[in-house]
Amino acid sequence: MIRLTAITRVFRMGDQEVRALNGIDLDIASGEYVSIMGPSGSGKSTLLNVIGLLDQPNSGRYELDGSDVTDLSETERARVRREKIGFVFQSFHLVPRLTAAENIELPLMLEGIAPAERTARVDAALDAFDLKDRAHHRPAELSGGQRQRVAIARATILRPTALLADEPTGNLDHRIGTEVMELLEGLHHAGTTLIVVTHDRELGARAHRHIAMRDGEIVADEK
Amino acid sequence: MNLRDTLTLSLQTVVSYRTRSLLIVLAMALGVAAVVVLTALGDGARRYVVGQFSSLGTNLVFVLPGRAETSGGFPGAALGQTPRDLTLEDARFIAHLPQVKRMAPLNVGVAELTSGGRLREVTVLGSTSELLPIRHMKLSQGSFLAHGSERSAQIVLGSTLAHEFFPDGEPVGQRIRLGDSRFLVSGVLAPQGESMGFNSDEIVIIPIDYAQELFNTNTLFRILVEARSRTDIEPAKAAIAHALKLRHDGEEDVTVITQDAILATFDRILRALTLGVAGIAAISLAVAGILVMNVMLVAVAQRTSEIGLLKALGAPAADIRRLFFAEALWLSLAGGAIGYALGNLSAWGIRLAYPTLPAWPPHWASLAGVATAILTGIIASLLPAARAARLDPVLALSGK
Ligand SMILES: Nc1ncnc2c1ncn2[C@@H]1O[C@H](COP(=O)(O)OP(=O)(O)OP(=O)(O)O)[C@@H](O)[C@H]1O
Ligand SMILES: [Mg+2]
Repeated sequence: MIRLTAITRVFRMGDQEVRALNGIDLDIASGEYVSIMGPSGSGKSTLLNVIGLLDQPNSGRYELDGSDVTDLSETERARVRREKIGFVFQSFHLVPRLTAAENIELPLMLEGIAPAERTARVDAALDAFDLKDRAHHRPAELSGGQRQRVAIARATILRPTALLADEPTGNLDHRIGTEVMELLEGLHHAGTTLIVVTHDRELGARAHRHIAMRDGEIVADEK
Repeated sequence: MNLRDTLTLSLQTVVSYRTRSLLIVLAMALGVAAVVVLTALGDGARRYVVGQFSSLGTNLVFVLPGRAETSGGFPGAALGQTPRDLTLEDARFIAHLPQVKRMAPLNVGVAELTSGGRLREVTVLGSTSELLPIRHMKLSQGSFLAHGSERSAQIVLGSTLAHEFFPDGEPVGQRIRLGDSRFLVSGVLAPQGESMGFNSDEIVIIPIDYAQELFNTNTLFRILVEARSRTDIEPAKAAIAHALKLRHDGEEDVTVITQDAILATFDRILRALTLGVAGIAAISLAVAGILVMNVMLVAVAQRTSEIGLLKALGAPAADIRRLFFAEALWLSLAGGAIGYALGNLSAWGIRLAYPTLPAWPPHWASLAGVATAILTGIIASLLPAARAARLDPVLALSGK
């Protein structure tokens, strides 16, 4: 469960102030499927970063799964990210030196899981995301769709409660993008909270709850 | 992330940035190799000198005319007196001291050696039969100067000279001319080669009386004294100094030094030299350290978005710091190991090329070289690692 109360995030550029988030109140229940839409610069990514504990609000209160995570230290936030949050980015963010399997293994390594169990879980993920025959390829040798599947496998390998996707289909053509969305929706059906930022109305419409943003504020929130 | 994974992951990074890694490893390796090779040379020189000097004899005490002290000087100098010379009588007197096993007076000069139309200028040593055991010399033919027959005109030839002057004959028993006198060859020295810059294969040895006559002198160049045992060295030195002072009307106008004292001085000087050279070589390691730091800073800049990703995946700052740290550790470990191997290989090459030079790198130097490399690498990675760990995750993800 995600509960944001009066969240503000202000960026200072010289003497200019940008209110990227301007008093956001938002409750998202566990297992919801939410899309966030809005014009460029409206604060969608910033909201996602705050929810994912990558960014800290200047004011307001953030409660995640019943505990206050507003003022956690950097180390504690890292642990919460590792355990509860999965990120999927527009540009995939795969480590180019590592194979698909090794990229998927990264969170397991960070979590300190034993190698034998890691291999088993990575194998299962490769299977689930239809990447079996691409396991030992590096990102440069994968198609965009395959790369995003690796990124999603990596984001979900530790079974996070919330999956945050910032324009996950932005670098993919329509057909592949739809496939990726279907994949994410499959994870949602398995119980994961899914929050997707997108510019694509059609894809955004697939969510069960639609949030619209403008100038750092939520201007519409429909189920 | 546990230690093993940190090391594996960072090793993977090091291997995949091949050119960059090779460059750093090379710089590190050259620094370590320089330490190893230069100290091998320095310590080799020390061992060589000490070894050569030890081989001169055992329990030796040298007596030289004149004071070698810089302070005070010769007290009679103010009265216009010159220091008394060292004489054969002084030498014979020393021989009777209880701490002295044997003694050999020594005169050195140059004269022309002629025989059968051959002529050559040679170094002449004048001494007695005792020179052979004191100096640990060996003969290949004949016998040395006969004991107690200082007044018989015998000559011992260095091996090269024996070959030159008697290429196909038996030199022993032959006559040869040195200066204006004729000598009977009594023996030939075994080939010894160069020692302390002095080639004993190209000298001749004649009785001391003849040498003094030849060089028209009644003074001695040195007296070589062998003490009865190691523990007698210092007492012998004191007794000799005392005896000669009495004989010289109370003037301390001779210098008595022990072989050990000279050895210790050489040893000290050459050790200091080795240490200095090691220090200079270590500077190249510090330069390599700066290179490591720069390359690591560039690596942090290049991999900003990757660091952001690791943070998004939940890597705490400590993990990221350790990853960069481990990367530098691998680089310096590889540099240290390769440098160690390279240095030892070079030292081996030097020993092959110059068999007389025992160019073995001292253990402390190899250890210090490798340790300095690793330490430099670690220190050099502190700043880049800290910078990486401090990056803001959102900015890092966007590659800023
Ligand atoms: N690090 C930053 N420094 C300064 N301003 C920032 C920073 N990050 C975001 N902003 C500003 O905050 C506002 C919201 O940015 P945000 O990235 O959240 O928008 P967005 O809705 O995701 O836009 P887009 O659809 O283009 O991705 C923008 O005006 C942006 O310029
Ligand atoms: Mg955005």
